[in-house]
Amino acid sequence: MRRIVAALILAAFWLPMASFAQDDLLSELDQMEKKEEKIDFASATFKTTRLINGHSIETNGEGVLLFLISHRFGRLTGGPYEYFGLDNANIRFGFEYGVTDRFDIGIGRSSFEKTYDGYLKYKLLRQSKGKRKMPLSVTLFTSIAIKTLKWPDETRENYFSSRLFYTYQILIARKFSDRFSLQLTPTIVHRNLVAAKNDRNTVFALMAGGRAKLTGSLALNLEYCWVPRGQINSLYNGEQVQDALSIGLDIETGGHVFQVYFSNSRGIIEKAFLTETNGLWWKGDVHFGFSISRVFTVYDRNKAAQKRQEKRLKRQVMKS
Amino acid sequence: MKKTLLAIAILTVSITAQAQKFSTRSGFIRFFSEAPLENIEANNRQVTSILDIGTKSMAFSVLMKSFEFEKALMQEHFNEKYVHSDKYPNAKFNGKIQENLDLNKPGTYAATVVGELDMHGVKKNYTGKGTLVVSESGIKGTCKFKITLADHNIEIPSPVKDKIAPVVEVTVDMDYKPMTK
Repeated sequence: MRRIVAALILAAFWLPMASFAQDDLLSELDQMEKKEEKIDFASATFKTTRLINGHSIETNGEGVLLFLISHRFGRLTGGPYEYFGLDNANIRFGFEYGVTDRFDIGIGRSSFEKTYDGYLKYKLLRQSKGKRKMPLSVTLFTSIAIKTLKWPDETRENYFSSRLFYTYQILIARKFSDRFSLQLTPTIVHRNLVAAKNDRNTVFALMAGGRAKLTGSLALNLEYCWVPRGQINSLYNGEQVQDALSIGLDIETGGHVFQVYFSNSRGIIEKAFLTETNGLWWKGDVHFGFSISRVFTVYDRNKAAQKRQEKRLKRQVMKS
Repeated sequence: MKKTLLAIAILTVSITAQAQKFSTRSGFIRFFSEAPLENIEANNRQVTSILDIGTKSMAFSVLMKSFEFEKALMQEHFNEKYVHSDKYPNAKFNGKIQENLDLNKPGTYAATVVGELDMHGVKKNYTGKGTLVVSESGIKGTCKFKITLADHNIEIPSPVKDKIAPVVEVTVDMDYKPMTK
């Protein structure tokens, strides 16, 4: 009897040990990981740095150069004679560069009104879960545009400052799921020179957009720019200024993103699509457009990060 | 009789209490894809792993988003399009050392690990050959094995077929320290 009890006692010690050690290494790992939770940033809220007309919250990674060529054709209502607008192209060439993973700079030139533009973009907040929870991503954006078209009246005194346009945006976005993201963008466009006295120099606008991922490499985008009435009263090319509405597709291959879209705006940059859109969708004043971007990795960011770390260590050693 | 029993019982308890488990939070895993157009390498230095020298079993867990690529875009595509990190955040491995090794003694041992890898929602058995170096301060473990992406339902779309190898080589390098409870 005693022996049986003894055997049972022994078994009671051994059994849990054996079974515990076997299966539960994985659950033990889970506990270890929970103790040291990491910040999980939402990646790729949008496929590229543009939604359609406007910027998205995305920036280029550190050391990444993006070459972006955008085309916007004439109105579809131009009919076969204008080849449905294709005879009348507005092209913008642009370069964007990621100085850090969060700070982006860019330059571009549009053939529309011979406009140069440059911008700065900074990721202020990044949506994350895990150790640090952040419901939204917020990116700050500012751009300047220089219209270099010849002055309509060269006899009067013209100032260089009259060629300048400024844009300030706060891009606020959330990736709701793997497939669905939304963005809201309060915007201010300042125009140094306006056509008439009853036009505001500083125009407020609110942009809203979203993307729905259809497959891993294909996404559907929608974007609307609301410019509250009463700010721009003079006609643009003889037509009332409208809110820009655009719909487009992102098609992704290895190193580039192809964007095709339809929009009632002719301009590609902020000041143009926000304050100079004069097409009406329901009348067919729609422009076809597409852009191609190509990514070049200028330098290996991991090696750069390693070097920075080494430098930091060296400095610490020197100090101590 | 009672004394012998007691002695055995105490011994048993003391064995369980002794450090049989080793762990690391900064294990290293690299995968390497060699393809005609491009070689791709990704490093992960935040792997958590436990090695139990009593039962000779080991397990590791890898956060997929912690893989670092040379190109930011590659990293994004890896997470978004290939391994779907939002849906399957971790890859987990649970295996056993086949040889009958006494890992309490310092020395270098060749080991074969057989176990199951759970990645991208698919479980598959693997056998890896590696080395364990036991020293006073801990145990270093290294291992290499190959993963066929299709086995784990990871699809490579045709436009990038020339850039990503169908079989990638995985290198595991862990520096285990005795586990403190």
